[in-house]
Amino acid sequence: MAGGRRRKLALSKIYGIACGKASFKEDHSQIGRPGFSRVVYSNEPDCFEAGIRNYCDNYVRTTKYTAATFLPKSLFEQFRRVANFYFLVTGILSFTRLAPYSAVSAIVPLIIVIGATMIKEGVEDWRRKQQDIEVNNRKVKVHQRDGNFHYSEWKNLRVGDIVKVEKDEFFPTDLVLLASSYEDAVCYVETMNLDGETNLKLKQALEVTSSLNDDYNFRDFKAIIKCEDPNANLYSFVGTMEFEEQQYPLSPQQLLLRDSKLRNTDYIYGVVVFTGHDTKVIQNSTDPPSKRSKIEKKMDRIIYLMFFIVFIMGFVGSIFFGVATENDLENGRIKKRWYLRPDSSEILFDPKRAPAAAIYHFLTALLLFSYFIPISLYVSIEIVKILQSIFINQDIHMYYEEADKPAHARTSNLNEELGQVDTILSDKTGTLTCNSMEFIKCSVAGTAYGRGVTEVERAMDRKKGSPLVHEKLKVQNHIEDSTDINPTIKGFNFKDERIMNGNWVDEPCADVIQKFFRLLAICHTAIPEVDEDTGKVSYEAESPDEAAFVIAAREVGFEFHKRTQTSISLYELDPVSGRRVDRLYKLLNVLEFNSSRKRMSVIVRNEEGKLLLLCKGADSVMFERLAKGGRDFEEDTREHMNEYADAGLRTLVLAYRELSEDENKAFNEKFTEAKNSVSADRETLIDEVADQIERDLILLGATAVEDKLQNGVPDCIDKLAQAGIKLWVLTGDKMETAINIGYACSLLRQGMKQVIINLDTPEIQSLEKTGEKDAITKASRKSVLEQILQGTAQVTALSAMSEAFALIIDGKSLAYALEDDMKKMFLELAIGCASVICCRSSPKQKALVTRLVKSGTGKTTLAIGDGANDVGMLQEADIGIGISGVEGMQAVMSSDVAIAQFRYLERLLLVHGHWCYRRISSMICYFFYKNITFGFTLFLYEAYASFSAQPAYNDWYLSLYNVFFSSLPVIAMGVFDQDVSARFCLKFPLLYQEGVQNVLFGWRRIVSWMFNGFYSAIIIFFFCSKALEHQAFNHAGKTAGLEIFGGTMYTCVVWAVNLQMSLSISYFTLIQHIAIWGSIAFWYLFQVVYGFLPPSFSTNAYRVFIEALAPAPSYWLTTLFVVIATLIPYFLYSAIQMRFFPMYHGMIQWIRHEGHSNDAAYVEMVRQRSIRPTTVGSTARRVARSTHQR
Amino acid sequence: MTNTDRERHRERETAFYLFTQQRLPACKPVLTPAWVITIFLFTGFIFIPVGLVTLRASRSVVEIVERYDTECVPEPFRIDKVSYVQDDSIPKNCSLSLKVRKYMKAPIYIYYQLDNYYQNHRRYVKSRSDRQLLHGWKYHATSSCQPVEFNNNQPIVPCGLIAWSLFNDTFTFIRERAELKVNRKNIAWKSDRDHKFGKTVYPFNFQNGTLIGGGKLNPRIPLSDQEDLIVWMRTSALPSFRKLYGRIEEDLDADDVVVVHLMNNYNTYGFGGKKKLVLSTSSWLGGKNDFLGLACVFVGSSSVILAIVFMLLHLKSRRPYGDPSYLPWNRKSFSG
Repeated sequence: MAGGRRRKLALSKIYGIACGKASFKEDHSQIGRPGFSRVVYSNEPDCFEAGIRNYCDNYVRTTKYTAATFLPKSLFEQFRRVANFYFLVTGILSFTRLAPYSAVSAIVPLIIVIGATMIKEGVEDWRRKQQDIEVNNRKVKVHQRDGNFHYSEWKNLRVGDIVKVEKDEFFPTDLVLLASSYEDAVCYVETMNLDGETNLKLKQALEVTSSLNDDYNFRDFKAIIKCEDPNANLYSFVGTMEFEEQQYPLSPQQLLLRDSKLRNTDYIYGVVVFTGHDTKVIQNSTDPPSKRSKIEKKMDRIIYLMFFIVFIMGFVGSIFFGVATENDLENGRIKKRWYLRPDSSEILFDPKRAPAAAIYHFLTALLLFSYFIPISLYVSIEIVKILQSIFINQDIHMYYEEADKPAHARTSNLNEELGQVDTILSDKTGTLTCNSMEFIKCSVAGTAYGRGVTEVERAMDRKKGSPLVHEKLKVQNHIEDSTDINPTIKGFNFKDERIMNGNWVDEPCADVIQKFFRLLAICHTAIPEVDEDTGKVSYEAESPDEAAFVIAAREVGFEFHKRTQTSISLYELDPVSGRRVDRLYKLLNVLEFNSSRKRMSVIVRNEEGKLLLLCKGADSVMFERLAKGGRDFEEDTREHMNEYADAGLRTLVLAYRELSEDENKAFNEKFTEAKNSVSADRETLIDEVADQIERDLILLGATAVEDKLQNGVPDCIDKLAQAGIKLWVLTGDKMETAINIGYACSLLRQGMKQVIINLDTPEIQSLEKTGEKDAITKASRKSVLEQILQGTAQVTALSAMSEAFALIIDGKSLAYALEDDMKKMFLELAIGCASVICCRSSPKQKALVTRLVKSGTGKTTLAIGDGANDVGMLQEADIGIGISGVEGMQAVMSSDVAIAQFRYLERLLLVHGHWCYRRISSMICYFFYKNITFGFTLFLYEAYASFSAQPAYNDWYLSLYNVFFSSLPVIAMGVFDQDVSARFCLKFPLLYQEGVQNVLFGWRRIVSWMFNGFYSAIIIFFFCSKALEHQAFNHAGKTAGLEIFGGTMYTCVVWAVNLQMSLSISYFTLIQHIAIWGSIAFWYLFQVVYGFLPPSFSTNAYRVFIEALAPAPSYWLTTLFVVIATLIPYFLYSAIQMRFFPMYHGMIQWIRHEGHSNDAAYVEMVRQRSIRPTTVGSTARRVARSTHQR
Repeated sequence: MTNTDRERHRERETAFYLFTQQRLPACKPVLTPAWVITIFLFTGFIFIPVGLVTLRASRSVVEIVERYDTECVPEPFRIDKVSYVQDDSIPKNCSLSLKVRKYMKAPIYIYYQLDNYYQNHRRYVKSRSDRQLLHGWKYHATSSCQPVEFNNNQPIVPCGLIAWSLFNDTFTFIRERAELKVNRKNIAWKSDRDHKFGKTVYPFNFQNGTLIGGGKLNPRIPLSDQEDLIVWMRTSALPSFRKLYGRIEEDLDADDVVVVHLMNNYNTYGFGGKKKLVLSTSSWLGGKNDFLGLACVFVGSSSVILAIVFMLLHLKSRRPYGDPSYLPWNRKSFSG
């Protein structure tokens, strides 16, 4: 490594790592029993004992099919769809004498359709296979023999192998850690892929193996590990290692899981214990639930309706047919239609067995009317959806250039569902925020410093839209940029020339400022890493805010550069001499942070020998701890903190006190005693002791850290809110943080009534001390119920006054609120509130809340998250969106669509979602329309053919209708149609409600389209039959037979459905033109070509077009007339609707068409048409503020 | 890469780019009142003249239709027409006299019209063998012809119900004692004669069974010249149809009386069908049918009316386009 090896630190001594040896005692007794039977012969995977155990290899397969199973399995999948099954049955039946058409003509479309779908499946699976191959062929160093490590592919790893994993590599299997590059055999692991947590986890090997930290040590290494069988529990591991004839217990502390990553450690050695599908990660991965969109589910219902119609028609036809057939014969003598020879008939037409003939006829009718069900519907929809996903993937506006990440629609099933989202459930960290903290402002000695602008302020300014502000900001930024030497330091966005570049020494309260930043540099648990080449220091901290503090101190001139077990060293600026001096602070005690204390302190001795207690904490606990004389700046500080909080910043109060030697000694004794106590209330004891000393503090000031929102989040949330989409935030964070973020992204604002549900009541806390579980549960449940009821009462009482409410609930209360008897009430309350924030919620709770919203409201839910802790939620929601911004891939892998930034959600939903919804729903409606138009002419013809199931059209005309003459325009519509352009979609977010309210795919619309189909068929059939009745068809006196009648009517159908398409789309690209006119032209071309095939193939269509139809003016005139007459009613309907009752997209089309789009007032008027006043988002905030001011 | 190549490449890229960004140049028609009115007026102005022309063509055709199925059964047999027509011993000849009301220009087409005759019944339509018609009795796979496939273990050519039920009324026309010449050639489609009915295929074993259907065929004339059969075998679309019988190639003057001698052989009595004899001239459009012309005029004029109504409505109600009161989500009371 170029930078040289970093110093080895005995890190285990800074953190009190408890290996948990004691607590696993009882579990270890089970080893060897059922469930704990695994035996791993370390370093001898080839030995006989290992051979007989035959553990699985490390090849991981995620594909759905293998070469052998592909055909049967995918066919089975295909025919599980009821429509496809129906077509399979009709296909088989078409080989019998029942079929009204030739078998080949019926089978070919089915083969085309099924084949296309199977090819698609195959290609998708093949891609997955490529991914598998990539993963399985990654290389890792494996011990061969004699201490030599060589690279080998992951898939070749076997249980018992010793592997060496190097820095920033993924673990190839589940390993037991043996040793690492650190002396005490610790290593850092990033488990992002498993649980979404970005902080590093510390693992430590057993002491006995910790010395094996070089390759040659493994020459003769032997150990036997006995452990539990493969299971899905990530956080447990029970095993023993037999090493040098001694037994040592193994715990999760030694287990390195596949798919986690080695960080900050040069290398580790480990034994493979679980491979391939035995690893905990893969055991954990459940098959992703296959999701289907609501539209598709409804489509199934339409198909059932169509079946019903087909059955009715078949049934009616069969009755008529049966009666007519029976009447042909009387007492064995021909009675009526002698030309049908009823006396000697096969069963299908036998008058003697008329009921049987009728039943057979029913089957035939089902075959004939199968044209009612669009055979190409599924495959067309799939093609369209794939193309739509390509559009989503390719959209330059959803491409995140910095990380080179485009949007990625991982399943194409749910495109249209994106247009119907009612509620968004969002994770916070990494989704709304970037998970990076920036030190942005501070208040020291009652003076506010920091000129940085937060994302929230920026959003508000933009909304105000006054150009002056913009100008001012720009100028300001400009000046700052030019003066700023280090414009981009991660975690630091503090701009103030009074402090920076050592100018703070000239400030009036320079001593306070000095103490302030010194405190920031000392009071933390971060570890410095010095890059020995450049001398730059970077920090590893437990939390990003802590890192931000240390960095801020460094930038101001208090550079923390060294930590030992007992000391902290800073380079600091000496205000007197003006030089940088190295100062050492003896670290005496660390009083750690926890959620109940809400503060942390350190006790240090400085070089002058003074004892200092430095403390930082939340304002709620800090102000009460100030000494009487330490409250000089309290007023000002409080005021500043309120400002910060409203700007969405996280604040902490800093204070200190000097300790006397005696005080410290007394404290130290008590504290050590408390720490060493083993009783159950050890924590409380420690807290109490700490509480005693953290008093009489002297206020220094307050910090403000921006939990940086991702770019454009407030704007995006505002747009979504305007579109009428509700946003719930589900976060694992503390309530304060969550509320802060709520403010930051305008989900909360001043003047909003907050309904807070938690269990921090004194009674429950006192109950918790007693530890009676039942009592606690009971009291908690009661308390939660009460709070919910109270909240509901409040909401119902005040909602009339258009008061906005926010519901904030914490994880513990949520556990009770989600219980069966309470969840309805909870949901009711939550729906009544404008914004809902659930904090401290576990992954499971996130999923449960999602399920509650989904099933409780019946509306479409969308979950968005970035970490593995969101996986449950993503899978549970109707649509799961993964943020692919950070490294973790778990969320992305289980999501339906992955985007790089939260703000792309706006475009994804409002533009792509809306378009896809519109396209798919129009497409399905149109599909049924065109098939009804076609199929119903067949039925009407039946009525004139004695219901004998004689098709009006040639066999191949029949079967190619769906495939060639009407499918392409629908696909083109499904891919390209836009009611309004992307710009207008975003300008009028309310347009999105068309999808939420399902205006375009309600039963009314579906039935209207079906009706359109029926009357089109009626017009076409009767007009054609009237026009071609029995007079001569052409100049040469020839009359129209079946083939001419069929050909003409078919031409009319093709024209009508294609022109209907051109009437119903609102976006004509060249492709649409090609598809529509091309389909029609292709029909003529087909007639010519097909007509030239030998008569044995083309049967009654032989040369019909060339010889009979094309030269006859009546053919063309009839076509023209019938087609126009068919379309006029629809045209009239849509003209009237567009002019007098436009839908929302119609209004926008008007605006665009009439050039109103620049008329701000007019646009605003249309935009403001809302279902209800928008209550969240920055627009609402601005409105609320302005009314407040008035 | 030359410059033009590069340019072309870039062009292609932009087209592709526009495609993926869904920003392909497109026209976005909006149904503005102006468009609607224009389209309706346009339809009207196209359809009215077209309708009138069509109507004129149809009206120019002179047509004589004479039903003869009842009249041609002698009075005593009218109770049981079926046995009359099935009884070979009774002569079936019959005379009609047709009066020509208007001058009819040659060629005058002679049709027979059958009603309630399901030539489009599936059993009937399928009951033929195209291969046999083309290749003769060498072609054996004629199961579709059942039950008229074999007789006395000999194949029937042409097989099937359609051929078997061949129409066999015959007509002769006499004007002022002179027989009008009826041309019975070229009444079938050429493609049928040339490609569907074999030139070397002769009727064989036809109508030799116990049950005789319709007409017989001269076994010495190849099928391709049996135009009656060819016409008959193009099955009709609807149960009421006309088929071409022949052409009179002389003009008929108004008030001419044409006497038709016909053989009333064909049995339509069993199923209650009608038989008609039709003499018709033809126009460029074909025969006489006012429907198309009238319907065109009707559609055209209603388009014009719709255009006017729409225009009035448009002028009368100047509703702002932004009125949202009827948007679906504002109509429903919104509760949640």
